[in-house]
Amino acid sequence: MSKRLIWRKGVNAVMLTVTGVFTAVTVAFLFLILGFLVYYGGRSLDWNFFTKLPLSAGETGGGMANAILGSLEIVAVAALIGLPIGFFAGVYLSEFEDKVFASVVRYVSDLLNGIPSIVVGLLAWGLLVVPMRQFSGVAGSIALSVMLIPIVARQTEQFLREVPNSLREGALALGATKWRMVATVVVPAGSKGILTGMILGVARISGESAPLLFTAFNNQFWNGSITQPTASLPVMIYFRALSAYDDWHRQAWAAGLVLIGGVLTANILARLVLAKGVSVPRG
Amino acid sequence: MKRRLLTCGVLLAAGASIAAAQKINAAGATFPAAIYQTWFEQYHKLHPGIEINYQSIGSGGGIAQLTGGTVDFGASDMPMTDDQLSKLKVKAFHFPTVLGAVVPTYNIPGVSADLKFTPESLAGIFLGTITKWNDSRLTKDNPGVKFPNEEIQVVHRSEGSGTTFVWTDYLSKVSPEWKSKVGANTSVSWPVGLGGRGNEGVAGLLKQTPNSIGYVELVWAAQNKLATGLVKNAAGNFVKAGVESVTEAAAGAAKEIPADFRISITNAPGKQAFPISSFTYLLIPSKIPDAAKTDAIKGFLQWMLADGQKYAAGLYYAPLPKEIVAKETRQIAQINAPGAPAGKGK
Amino acid sequence: MATPLVVETPVIRRRTQTGDIVARWVVTVFAAVILFVTALIVYQLWIGSEPSRLKSGFAFLTSSKWNPVTEEFGALPFIYGTVVTSVLALLISVPLGVGAAIYLAELAPAGLSNGLTFLVELLAAIPSVIYGLLGFLTVVPLMRSYVEPFLKSALGFLPLFKGPSFGVGFLTAGVVLSIMTVPYIISVSRESLLAVPREQREAALALGATRWEATWQVVVPYAKLGIFGSIFLSLARALGETMAVTMVIGNDPKISASLLAPGYSIAAVVANEFSEATGAIYQAALVELGLVLFVLTILINAVARLMIVATTRKGSKRS
Repeated sequence: MSKRLIWRKGVNAVMLTVTGVFTAVTVAFLFLILGFLVYYGGRSLDWNFFTKLPLSAGETGGGMANAILGSLEIVAVAALIGLPIGFFAGVYLSEFEDKVFASVVRYVSDLLNGIPSIVVGLLAWGLLVVPMRQFSGVAGSIALSVMLIPIVARQTEQFLREVPNSLREGALALGATKWRMVATVVVPAGSKGILTGMILGVARISGESAPLLFTAFNNQFWNGSITQPTASLPVMIYFRALSAYDDWHRQAWAAGLVLIGGVLTANILARLVLAKGVSVPRG
Repeated sequence: MKRRLLTCGVLLAAGASIAAAQKINAAGATFPAAIYQTWFEQYHKLHPGIEINYQSIGSGGGIAQLTGGTVDFGASDMPMTDDQLSKLKVKAFHFPTVLGAVVPTYNIPGVSADLKFTPESLAGIFLGTITKWNDSRLTKDNPGVKFPNEEIQVVHRSEGSGTTFVWTDYLSKVSPEWKSKVGANTSVSWPVGLGGRGNEGVAGLLKQTPNSIGYVELVWAAQNKLATGLVKNAAGNFVKAGVESVTEAAAGAAKEIPADFRISITNAPGKQAFPISSFTYLLIPSKIPDAAKTDAIKGFLQWMLADGQKYAAGLYYAPLPKEIVAKETRQIAQINAPGAPAGKGK
Repeated sequence: MATPLVVETPVIRRRTQTGDIVARWVVTVFAAVILFVTALIVYQLWIGSEPSRLKSGFAFLTSSKWNPVTEEFGALPFIYGTVVTSVLALLISVPLGVGAAIYLAELAPAGLSNGLTFLVELLAAIPSVIYGLLGFLTVVPLMRSYVEPFLKSALGFLPLFKGPSFGVGFLTAGVVLSIMTVPYIISVSRESLLAVPREQREAALALGATRWEATWQVVVPYAKLGIFGSIFLSLARALGETMAVTMVIGNDPKISASLLAPGYSIAAVVANEFSEATGAIYQAALVELGLVLFVLTILINAVARLMIVATTRKGSKRS
């Protein structure tokens, strides 16, 4: 073997190692983050956390029960609004596209996806908080739904496009109208991917804190109505983490663990759906 | 199955009772947040139908939200200026609630003694002219204390804060250099330092950062076991902040306080008066369109002026002087007083 | 790839088209909602910032005053902080991310690659506030007690590393942001690398290149645009990050040469000060900052998309 070849093989081995190490470092970050959350959060999770309301500064034993419920409420309403809009927009882009309009919609959808969440919060503030003269959970939901729409639209379009044309033509050949074909053949065929996109989208927005800061605001009591300020886990984590009380720090860790548990579970679930498939029976 | 039905039933009932509760939203100062949160919790226990949701976002936030109409009442340590009052759609009353002290709070590893600060040394630190802990201007007032040869890490508020107003108001009174360079307000252009969010955030940064100094309301330092310093008052004595020294600072105010209760008591005369003391206020609209809300708010104010004051000392605040309580009780009656049209509200 | 045969059968009459017309309208309307919402955002940002725009004009972008009392507002410290932290983040995450992407796309065995990619994508799913939580409670003390004093002792002669080590500041924000942007770089770069047609690799290997040489000298240049696209995409994300940055940047609206100093970013100041902005000009100034951020992220996203689309198109053309 010539010297040059040895050198080249050496470089090959070194770079394999270096890039492998880079990958390992990146993956290590994930485990570090999870590790910290499980360690600090796990120690702080107790029954109080899930059942009690937040107590005033300095008192121990409070919890974030209302924030957990509030997060669920806000995200549920956001999903109710954002999922249908995103889904139908995706159907349009894949099945009904007009050349120019569709490319404009696609471009703007990517734009919307990239808008910082704090700017979306400003939108919801101007749209709802100011005229209603009140902070409300629903304003937070609107902000989150705006973030959800482009995610779901893109995923829906992508997975509908992957449905083979032969299915479409088969349905048409049998005499189906276009919308029937889309509804009963194409969508069910792409349902795995669409569902994945929806789960991922909802997981993504449930962790957002910035758009809720001046829309849903915060609340120390149970959130009776979505038109009142509503506590949420991400916002509570923010406020508690920055404080000086050890008890509040513990609660922030616990909340972080609960939040990440939910988000990661949803992510893993989504990928399982995609891999194994939850088949929707044809209508 | 039965258990599920039971849970549903309980949740529905809870939901119904929640729906029936009188919900009031308030926001503002972090200075009195410790006692306000206790008060609203206690009041809710006494009157389960009334929920006062108070968010401590800073005095600036309290004034802004009140002006925007997004809260039912606000809270601020700094009395609203004429300019701010003119921007309100509905005139607001100031209701002093308690007295508190803003204390120089520090975290110097190895130094557990109570440090003595003169007005000049505080101004110097926050102006950035005194940069090291072992500066002679600090050591001369604290003989016997071993200061480290470390840079002073200043911490201040990042948002509009009544606590900042009290602190800068005091510094403006005692340091002409501060007054001309920085001035007094809820939000100023700080020459040096990090910004923390709320009294809570400043305390959090102080606890974490060695060789740091900041200013917080007394309860935040006490509850977080942070060291606080003595300040030299107008009479020349180094005084520690506490219920007595704050009460003494307010002694003159009881007589001099104007009818709208807007007053500054920093650098007050008095042998053992703590020079960085302040009233803190609830900002209540003079006309509240919702009758049930008005009753709830009035009821709370009456409770606050009587039983509420008992909670003050335990949280390091000083209760209001009796003369002021009497004057405020009369002001409560002026809310929604007949004879004037109801304000443009929700 | 055989094109599917479409049998034109005008003989088969379709049923009435009303169902189709309705369906088309319904989905078009929903798609139009996206345009409507985006237009609304632009409108709100424009109208909401009017008092401040009228007052300061373009001077807003170059002034470094931020004084709510005298109502003088300038965007420069925030633009500076946003740019510095984002660039710092990229300086760390680009080598790390591109290197990892190369490993995952080219060098690692397939099963390992898929598993690791899955884990990397989980990293992207972690909410910003959790990064902030970890940043403030674990990274900041680490920076303050170990990393920053080390940097000061080793490189303290540079103006970049002067001043007290607070723990919070530009450097910490940049480090936290880099961890947040790495998964995006890996994800998009990996896809760009995978889009490179097999023939390219095989040709290089057939000529006797080592795996690394084939990757570095043939595949990577082919996917160059896509990789650059991923960098711009991550830059756009980093610019808009709010929660993680505001918890570790120190919240001081000042421009400093030192990375150890506290700073402020556009997203952080809007998050911190919006709910307490009294006065029309103050509020409008914050909205105007939002407008600046919006324009910035749009521009960079547009560049990124162009690059990524160009790569995938190039790849598919060749096959």
